[in-house]
Amino acid sequence: MAARVRALETILTQKGLIDPAAIDAIVETYETKVGPRNGARVVAKAWSDPDFADWLKRDATAAIASLGFTGRQGEHMQAVFNGDGAHNLVVCTLCSCYPWSVLGLPPVWYKSPPYRSRAVIDPRAVLEEFGVSLPSDTKIRAWDSTAELRYLVVPERPEGTQGWSEEKLADLVTRDSMIGTGLALQPEAA
Amino acid sequence: MNGPQDLGGQMGFGPVAPEKNELLFHAEWEKRALGTTIAAGAMGAWNIDESRHARESLRPADYYSSTYYEIWIKALEVLLQRHGFVSAADLANGRAVDPAATPKRVLRAENVPTVLAKGSPCARPVETPARYKAGDRVRTRNINPTNHTRLPRYARGKQGVVEAVREGFVFPDSNAHGKGEAPQWVYTVVFDGSEIWGRDSDPTLSVSIDAWESYLEPA
Repeated sequence: MAARVRALETILTQKGLIDPAAIDAIVETYETKVGPRNGARVVAKAWSDPDFADWLKRDATAAIASLGFTGRQGEHMQAVFNGDGAHNLVVCTLCSCYPWSVLGLPPVWYKSPPYRSRAVIDPRAVLEEFGVSLPSDTKIRAWDSTAELRYLVVPERPEGTQGWSEEKLADLVTRDSMIGTGLALQPEAA
Repeated sequence: MNGPQDLGGQMGFGPVAPEKNELLFHAEWEKRALGTTIAAGAMGAWNIDESRHARESLRPADYYSSTYYEIWIKALEVLLQRHGFVSAADLANGRAVDPAATPKRVLRAENVPTVLAKGSPCARPVETPARYKAGDRVRTRNINPTNHTRLPRYARGKQGVVEAVREGFVFPDSNAHGKGEAPQWVYTVVFDGSEIWGRDSDPTLSVSIDAWESYLEPA
């Protein structure tokens, strides 16, 4: 596959259809600028600022854009909040739809058949494979991203974090907790 | 289409395997595959729906034995040939031997930040008012189109509740095939697990999809 991709890039470059420097810039963007730290900032702000949390509930696209996170695969955002005995889990059974603007590129498992096939029929077993065991009466909602809405899970804020700064709180927010395959870290784990 | 991409509820793929020390890219070629796919898409010859359809049109055995970036590259070769940018001879020789169609634009490095930060919003005005409102009971249609569709098989012919009226979005079933954007209202529809999976379903489970209006009928 390495040779096949190199050949394709060569052909397109020779024809003047792509600019290899643009490819470098795209890769650099997702390696260094756009990743789950963005989403963690959104969640930490929602935990700290009830007005922001309310805005995030009503108009996630605008609330997230106010922190500077916009663009490709984040054009239409919806935040879903864990809590009150409810847990949210995001999947794309049909391809690999994922909120790039806040989480970056999806991990391999998110794009692979085991997760895509089972997240909607047996999410509890999937969660167990991530080491997450939910109480048996927790309501689980699987969100299949079948259209262009991209979902960001807002995990529950851990106990014992009163008075923490947004920056410190953001360190508790894992990528998986914003997909729904994890929970926020406990304070002692940060 | 009832293709290999439509995975919800399928069995036999084994456990999810999260990696311990996860890498963003697992080989250098994956970086070039990502960048080449985005840069080629930026030529403006096809839309995201057509590219998704190219990926799901891989033969099932090929789709299931390919990694996601491999799926992207295989579909990209199809799209580039379909739109006259690359020929079979180019691919066979590994270099440009045939002339190419003229792209609408070429993505330059200096424009990458702007293009990625802007994205491609798919919201469009819809002339007619939304047919459904939050709380309405609806049934998804039992359709099996041979064209691209975003109504997964597991959610066809099922009764659910409209939870939210979203926006008018470009209709993939049309847009993937060069038949226009034909925007429709999109709704988040939520189903009880048992409606989809039967009485053995996890009683705490509900599943939602985002459905274009023509996927739905009143229940």
